[in-house]
Amino acid sequence: MFNIERWQEIFETLRKNKLRTILTGVSVASGIFILVVLLGFSSGIQNGVTEQFSDDATNEISVRTRSTTKSYKGLNPNRRIQLKNEDFETISSTYDDYLEYRSANYSIWSGQIVYKNETGNFSVQGILPDFQYIENANIVDGRFINQADQNEARKVIVIGTKVKSEMFKGKNPIDEMVSIFGINFKVVGVYSDPGGEREEDNVYIPISAAQVAFNGGDRIRNMEFTVPMQKSLAKSVEVSNLLLENIERDLKQKYIIAPDDTAAIRVSNTLEEAQKIYSLIDIIKAVFWFVGIGTIIAGVVGVGNIMIIIVKERTKEIGIRKALGAVPLSIVGMILQEAIFVTMFSGLFGLILGLGLLELVGPTIDNDYIKYPQVDFNTALYTVFLLVGAGSFAGFVPAYRAAKIKPIIALRDE
Amino acid sequence: MIQIKDLHKSYHMGSNSLHVLKGINFNVKEGELVSIMGSSGSGKSTLLNILGMLDEADSGSYILDGVPIKNLNEKIAARYRNKFLGFIFQSFNLINYKTALDNVAMPLYYQGLKRKERIEKAEYYLEKVGLADWSHHLPSELSGGQKQRVAVARALASDPKVLLADEPTGALDSVTSHEVMDLIQGINDEGKTILIVTHENDIAQMTKRIVQLKDGVIIDDSPVKQIRAKEHV
Repeated sequence: MFNIERWQEIFETLRKNKLRTILTGVSVASGIFILVVLLGFSSGIQNGVTEQFSDDATNEISVRTRSTTKSYKGLNPNRRIQLKNEDFETISSTYDDYLEYRSANYSIWSGQIVYKNETGNFSVQGILPDFQYIENANIVDGRFINQADQNEARKVIVIGTKVKSEMFKGKNPIDEMVSIFGINFKVVGVYSDPGGEREEDNVYIPISAAQVAFNGGDRIRNMEFTVPMQKSLAKSVEVSNLLLENIERDLKQKYIIAPDDTAAIRVSNTLEEAQKIYSLIDIIKAVFWFVGIGTIIAGVVGVGNIMIIIVKERTKEIGIRKALGAVPLSIVGMILQEAIFVTMFSGLFGLILGLGLLELVGPTIDNDYIKYPQVDFNTALYTVFLLVGAGSFAGFVPAYRAAKIKPIIALRDE
Repeated sequence: MIQIKDLHKSYHMGSNSLHVLKGINFNVKEGELVSIMGSSGSGKSTLLNILGMLDEADSGSYILDGVPIKNLNEKIAARYRNKFLGFIFQSFNLINYKTALDNVAMPLYYQGLKRKERIEKAEYYLEKVGLADWSHHLPSELSGGQKQRVAVARALASDPKVLLADEPTGALDSVTSHEVMDLIQGINDEGKTILIVTHENDIAQMTKRIVQLKDGVIIDDSPVKQIRAKEHV
């Protein structure tokens, strides 16, 4: 392999057979190029779709109530169902083992917030510390609501970056006071949300403070939970669905709601939706891999094909070489090493070309569902080696057959 | 140099069996220039192929320079060919994408010589056949006679014990044929053992001994008075 004489021989052969070398190279390079671009876009779609779902935790269960629509056990329809703190505590403790994060929520949809001369309407949400993880809120400054805030019903507030930019005009909002309906809250943190601006015009305060400040008593608007992710997505969905059914049944029993009344209590989970999308991504990925592997097979067959032609074309030359004293192994080695060198070189060329294209075009793609198309360099490199390995395997058979050719037959005059 | 005893060879084609060599006995001493003659189908090419280790006999013994040649695997056959034999073919069999010099250097490559040494030796033999000025030309740029001279240089390059020539003048006109024969005679004069297969009588007359083959047996084996090719050039 590292015999310099052999390399000189190979380079000479390649130089003297330019067309053949270029054809082999182009077929391999284009195969790898297509594969890299396909894999890039597959990951781009995955990135894009995942981002679409990143505004909230994907394993979320939310509980909301409205009015009953059916009479049940002598109770009239149109009864307003109101969740209380105790409901949240009951569910939290009953299903403690199955819950990851939990938060009750008491919110005012349009709260007037005033800071000095600036006024704005934002959704004010009283929540628990866990809500940070349920909502995927990233703290960019200060901190989120913590348990001490909740226990002491502190009047502290965490604002979104949109609120910050509209109300504070670039000033540092931390430790500033804002008032909501005339009640002062101290800003303790700023968050951003991967879901974008739509999710960033909320402000968060401890639910205890919200209930005290806005006459909430022990009422809550809704509850949010997340279930811990299991080993597989399907398993997580199963646990999530089971939990959902149990919570709904418990609440319906407590508030005496008809089991078939779907409007009064709505327990929903995002996981099942997410599962559908993820399985769609999996299908897209599988299709791309299928096409990619098909391309590789085509490339391998191409290499094998060209090798057969090479051997055929060189039968006489091989015969001459053997008559002059070439051992069979040196013939196999010569042809294989040449093939491996060509496929490796052009494979890497195609790889660099593909990665270059993704690097150039990737950032200019502005589509909600395709983001940052790129390929894990190692994956691509493995693919090249796979192609080289498979190509030389495909080439080994004709090379071996070439070595078996009896010089007497190869040298026979036609 | 060459001792052959009771050599048999058959070819099987389906159910038919063709008995080509039917017990050949002959010896060649060092420095001889022997021509093997016979009409087509007489088995002369088969005999040469067996002598060249390109083919193996069914039975009989073949001793080359004291080494018994039998049960060869491909690797050993290749090594023996490289060490003992030089081939000259009717159709030259040069590698067409290599220069004259590289063609001559080819057997030296398989002997494992370093490039510099190969080139030096190849240049020496090219000069010997009078083609020093053509060393960097491709075979396609050479005339038939020149190609055969390159082939002779290549056969000589590995300094073999025996040169085997299969119709070396078969593809050449009479003038170039005589040039090539002159070259071969010159090499023989230096002591090299040479076997030539031919069906042309005037070529055979330029050797020192003629072996006549007919239907797989030697019918005549007698020395001749050598005609020097120079007289015709």
